[in-house]
Amino acid sequence: MATPPNVSDAERWEREKFARTPERDAPFSTISGEPIKPLYTERDLPAEPGEAIGLPGEYPYTRGVYPSMYRGRLWTMRQFAGFGTAKETNERFRYLLEHGQTGLSTAFDMPSLMGHDSDHPRSLGEVGREGVAIDTLEDMDTLFSGIPLDEVSVSMTINAPAAIMLAFYVVAAERRGIGPEQLAGTIQTDILKEYIAQKEWCFPVDPAMRLVTDMIEWCAGQMPRWHPISISGYHIREAGSTADQELAFTLKDGLTYVEHAVARGLDVDEFAPRLSFFFNAHIDFFEEIAKYRAARRIWARELRDTFGARDERSLLMRFHTQTAGVSLTAQQPLNNIVRTAIEGLAGVLGGTQSLHTNSFDEALALPTEAAVRTALRTQQIIAEETGVANTIDPLGGSYFVEALTDELERKAYEYFATIDELGGMVEAIKTGYPQREIADAAFQYQLEVESGLRKVVGVNSYTEGDDQDTLLLRIDPEYEVDQVRRVQASRARRDSERATAALERLQQAARDPQENLMPHLLEAARAEATEGEMVQTLQVVFGTYTESPAF
Amino acid sequence: MASSTERKIRVVVAKPGLDGHDRGAKIIARALRDAGMEVIYTGLHQTPEQIVETVIQEDADAVGLSILSGAHMTLVPKVMELLHAQGVDDVVVTVGGTIPSDDVQELKTLGIAEVFTPGAPTQQAVEFIREAVRRRHAST
Repeated sequence: MATPPNVSDAERWEREKFARTPERDAPFSTISGEPIKPLYTERDLPAEPGEAIGLPGEYPYTRGVYPSMYRGRLWTMRQFAGFGTAKETNERFRYLLEHGQTGLSTAFDMPSLMGHDSDHPRSLGEVGREGVAIDTLEDMDTLFSGIPLDEVSVSMTINAPAAIMLAFYVVAAERRGIGPEQLAGTIQTDILKEYIAQKEWCFPVDPAMRLVTDMIEWCAGQMPRWHPISISGYHIREAGSTADQELAFTLKDGLTYVEHAVARGLDVDEFAPRLSFFFNAHIDFFEEIAKYRAARRIWARELRDTFGARDERSLLMRFHTQTAGVSLTAQQPLNNIVRTAIEGLAGVLGGTQSLHTNSFDEALALPTEAAVRTALRTQQIIAEETGVANTIDPLGGSYFVEALTDELERKAYEYFATIDELGGMVEAIKTGYPQREIADAAFQYQLEVESGLRKVVGVNSYTEGDDQDTLLLRIDPEYEVDQVRRVQASRARRDSERATAALERLQQAARDPQENLMPHLLEAARAEATEGEMVQTLQVVFGTYTESPAF
Repeated sequence: MASSTERKIRVVVAKPGLDGHDRGAKIIARALRDAGMEVIYTGLHQTPEQIVETVIQEDADAVGLSILSGAHMTLVPKVMELLHAQGVDDVVVTVGGTIPSDDVQELKTLGIAEVFTPGAPTQQAVEFIREAVRRRHAST
């Protein structure tokens, strides 16, 4: 039987064989700056592989959250979509479902994300441009017209006003005779990463955290099939963080939400099974796979050992993945199909539960139908043609991948310690710590690209070849005119007394930190209060938030 | 009057509208500062009125509008309109962001000196602003 190479074998190999050939001129580090060795051997595996690597569906879940993974069920193909008004997005939803998508994911426009109705002065020119405009319960109903909410899992990417959008969704379903306990899906809700990276807020941090805990608490009791939060690293990465920062800040945010819910009086096992995550799939292939595996291991350990979770489902770091928007180039856009395919593959080899693949035209605009079809087909090709889903965690035991997994885990714990010294994540955010780390990493990466150290094909290398003018999706300004008319008609038509009374009760409830706001938001939704009205009502009590500019 | 070679070029980097994508704006701000310019970063969620007020108050030579929300054809013309209304015609105005090529032309006819789209190196923006400000001062 062959014996594994020992230390002196590897050293001999490097000295006598490998060193004979000069290395080519390349950084030999990941996109995050992690130096990579020429070779990994058995010596690079964890000291206790049985414990650290384990088996799928068993603690510490490095190899996957479920015992059967894709042998039992493929990941959900869930393309993020939204533009114009509810009618246009409903059409795009139906197109995607017809083409084989298996879950919905809603992109909202900037005014909706920031808590403004479409006729608010700040909404001018912004309505329907980055996503769908949702001002009212009626809009939410139109958005899901002809879509069975008790059968299709729906994700909604909204954070600061998430509680309001959830209220609209629950009441829209209620009107169709579907109870909240039947609804499957996710609402993003992760407000900490907004202050850190995505920068979409309505309120200051502390009241915003109260709202998140209200949602987690209410959903724990009322919506057993729903994820009240999707703790996200995607946006942190898009803002320019490294992979280890994405991993560390995301998990620390998650642990912070757990702390707050436990402080509220909830038992960890009451709500932790419904927490979910959302990671980026960037272009450095193996680093991403290692990142997801490290995330599963860290989360399982922390929930079991730090929070004392006893229910196995509380330990599972289940996640959605989106391929990296920042990796897409405006130059030679067809190259983006390749990038997205490789990134999507990393998500799959990393064991994601759900995947969005970007369209090739997204460096400059929202995707056309044709482009998003190719993005969806990319997932279908990975699933049906490549064979990668035939076995669970195919890269488990890879010397390189296990070493990278361990290294990312180690770096994450260093960040945890730093953040703890700062007084926890909320305090760290208030002092600007994660924001600065991200800005520094983003600048460092930019320097590397501009010096030519990091090659970006089509941008600073291989720039030959005309860019054929890609036909981009244009947002018709009529959508805004139409939506403004619609929200104003809705306000004129409704029972104003009922709406006003509901908003007053909402405001009173907001003043009492012991009140869970969800029932009051549901009442306001039933009374056809608009999103903007509910946000403004809460702002009377909570205040607003302005970030101190820093670069 | 002091020549432009003695006075640091003053640049306002601004984020108009609801757009929260500030990665590029912060990088450009650092690059301009590292190139020896005086940079005033407005932070997020600025109205066109707020931006123009900052430009005037800070006696800016140039302003970079960073916008990735698709709302540029409403917000940028509004900034230009307000600058003209205030009689501020000698500021170099540039735009950076996710701007389709069709819109680049139209923005230039409104008086935007240059549009920097995804992949444009920061040094390109730095050099452009330096040259454009020099030219403006030379002609006064």
